[in-house]
Amino acid sequence: MFRFLLARIGVLIPTFLGVTVIAFGFIRLIPGDPIEVLAGERGVSTERHAELMIQYGFDRPIWEQYLSFLTNLLHGDFGQSIVTHKPVIDEFLTLFPATVELSLCGILFAIAVGLPAGIIAGVKRGSVFDHTVMTTALVGYSMPIFWLGLLMIILFSSILGWTPVSGRISYLYFFDPVTGFMLIDSYLSGQEGAFRSAVSHLILPTIALGTIPMAVIARQTRSAMLEVLSEDYVRTARAKGLSPLRVVGVHALRNALIPVVTTIGLQVGVLLAGAILTETIFSWPGIGKWMVDSIFRRDYTSVQGGLLMIAAIVMVVNLIVDLLYGLINPRIRHTR
Amino acid sequence: MKKFVIGAAIGLGLALSAFSSAEAAKTLVYCSEGSPEGFNPAFYTSGTTFDASRPIFNKLAEFERGTTKIAPALAESWAVSNGGKTYTFKLRKGVKFHSTKNFTPSRNFNADDVVFSFARQWDKNHPYYKVSGGSYEYFNGMGMPDLIKDIVKVDDYTVRFDLNHPEAPFIANMGMDFASIMSAEYADKMMKAGTPEMVDQNPVGTGPFQLVAYQKDAVIRYKANPDYWAGKAKIDNLVFSITTDASVRYQKLKAGECHVMPYPNPADLAAMRKDPKINLLQQEGLNVGYLAYNTKKAPFTDVRVRKALNMAINKKAIIDAVFQGAGKVAKNPIPPTIWSYNNATKDDPYDPAAAKKLLAEAGVTNLQTNIWAMPVQRPYNPNARRMAELIQADWAKVGVTAKIVSFEWGEYLKRSKAGEHDTVLLGWTGDNGDPDNFLAVLLGCDAVGGSNRAEWCYKPFEDLIQAAKVTSDTAERTKLYKKAQLIFKQQAPWATIAHSIVFMPIRKEVVGYKIDPFGGHIFYGVDLK
Repeated sequence: MFRFLLARIGVLIPTFLGVTVIAFGFIRLIPGDPIEVLAGERGVSTERHAELMIQYGFDRPIWEQYLSFLTNLLHGDFGQSIVTHKPVIDEFLTLFPATVELSLCGILFAIAVGLPAGIIAGVKRGSVFDHTVMTTALVGYSMPIFWLGLLMIILFSSILGWTPVSGRISYLYFFDPVTGFMLIDSYLSGQEGAFRSAVSHLILPTIALGTIPMAVIARQTRSAMLEVLSEDYVRTARAKGLSPLRVVGVHALRNALIPVVTTIGLQVGVLLAGAILTETIFSWPGIGKWMVDSIFRRDYTSVQGGLLMIAAIVMVVNLIVDLLYGLINPRIRHTR
Repeated sequence: MKKFVIGAAIGLGLALSAFSSAEAAKTLVYCSEGSPEGFNPAFYTSGTTFDASRPIFNKLAEFERGTTKIAPALAESWAVSNGGKTYTFKLRKGVKFHSTKNFTPSRNFNADDVVFSFARQWDKNHPYYKVSGGSYEYFNGMGMPDLIKDIVKVDDYTVRFDLNHPEAPFIANMGMDFASIMSAEYADKMMKAGTPEMVDQNPVGTGPFQLVAYQKDAVIRYKANPDYWAGKAKIDNLVFSITTDASVRYQKLKAGECHVMPYPNPADLAAMRKDPKINLLQQEGLNVGYLAYNTKKAPFTDVRVRKALNMAINKKAIIDAVFQGAGKVAKNPIPPTIWSYNNATKDDPYDPAAAKKLLAEAGVTNLQTNIWAMPVQRPYNPNARRMAELIQADWAKVGVTAKIVSFEWGEYLKRSKAGEHDTVLLGWTGDNGDPDNFLAVLLGCDAVGGSNRAEWCYKPFEDLIQAAKVTSDTAERTKLYKKAQLIFKQQAPWATIAHSIVFMPIRKEVVGYKIDPFGGHIFYGVDLK
């Protein structure tokens, strides 16, 4: 197990280095001079432009800029945003908890709904329930987040008045962030109604973000269940007279879960991508929206720093998923 | 029963206290369109950032709310002498800076603060010059480094600006956001503490509101400054609820989650007009959208060709299709809300037959050209691609084939500045309400190779705008600018397309909100019913 972990971390290092090249190169490949974008219609004089290029170090050869980026990274320095002049790491850490909170709720919603729906659809193959789940999953998967988000806002917030339109908490509540997680902070604040307000603000973004992963999980679970249920050992278990619940819940599900766990792991990337749209629609102050703004502003340091941190998170999550396989299925224990 | 009575009494008491506290604290929520880049307006050029810093600061002179008229603010009065080269400001007494967690002012506002606020941007050896990136784009863009010869503290309440040459728009420039006055005492304290950048991150001003908290992409909170020199604001708290999507802003306005929203979707305007809870304010914007001909490239060197192409464009159709009615045909390069606007100018009529004839006269047949369309949405041009398509179709009717070209925004600006285009769509929103801010910036000889996208340098026009720039007599300046507009129209370096109409939906309970002609959003003087 330990050797497996070491080997996986060994692979992570060159991957991470590759990501630094992509993160650094990606934003520079997009046409657009960051200083011209900063200045807008007003423009800057040629002399001032040259001065700013020197100030931000963009006048140096590209490889030199990359090496300096890498050297600074090794010292834990992600650089300063060229727009806000604040350290990129500070901006990331301020916004990241909001994205984590939303993504966690999104994935929990997706699992809580998608997994049981997929299991039941698999067990009751061909039933009305199966068809309903699969149709809903297909619609959910196909529906663009921004459209779903707006429809939900119009229905649940504007017409029915059940949920707030957007944001993380009502402006009536104000407290200094402790953890950055609004659910925890609002609870800790002790202000009456704050926690409830935070929960109500989470409902629509959670559903909007969780719908696609939910659809994927439901479909994946159903097909995995179908495959496992036709295995000999399941028939044996049934022949032994085990209760259907035990056959499905213990014998079949455990094996069916392996591809599902992989899918859930892969959904982390999908969630982060979906967060960009969800955060924009629901005015959710997370890293997705920050990355989009930074790309539009050609804020090189923020984009490369942000991309790198997001990529690192996705890599770590995938490592954890790899390790989880062993726990779920003894056949894949990483002993050698 | 007794318990019930006590419980009911407590409940009623709580309800009443909640009601009275709601009565006592008036909070206005503004659904702003984005996060500010920072809180020191001297570093930035975006309206979103100015909106966020404006409640905190004052300037020496400020525009009267809802107008382009400059009025005394932190300066009670000023005098111009030495042939327009000396400006002496008499400062207001008894003005207090905000007290924050980091700073409690020990003195009132005085001349040191004015000198600090400008010297920081002007003097490259000033200890604060390089703090927080030291990039003063507006100060530089308005030509201040070359204009200012010296900034002198005459006494505690008198400051003198010596200029290198007369500059009539100087007072109007003092009303711009880059000229916001900061506390020199706070700056000294932060420099001594080794955290000079705090001056820009935790701002201290003299303005009607004080910054309480900012959460990026979420919310900015302000509270009314109880000691404000012009009287405490009518609202107690001001909240900017950052909401980037225009449709979502509208839903929040409808749901009562905000009171004022900027930049509505044109498609939502009809529904807003019908909504009994919403007042839809509107005003002509201080902007112009235009198509500039590259007058250095043939055949656009020939005024007849430019005139002919102007006559081929159906501007009314553009207003209907692109602005969906929320615009006005432009005939001058400055908007009608600016003084010296020449109403006597005759616009080129829409006349394809005459255009065709004029092109033939100029010896131009089967002209192949391009129209550059901006990739971004701006108040002066909500859909440049659509506008370009309409112009393309109009020109096709007179035998001109135009290809539509677009680039990423930064690239677009850079290439058009370099004069790579034949014709380019662009526009401008005024900064200080002075005609010079349009005519010299966009059409002056100095701006060729920069913001003068027509690359047009025409001596009779240039002489007039230069003469107007050094005259402090407004009547005289008006005459000169009016003449300049006539010359502009005769020479047609641009096809003037439109001035947009700015819409501002507000909740009915908002009282006293005025649309700012500069496109800003100002909440001092606003109340809630």
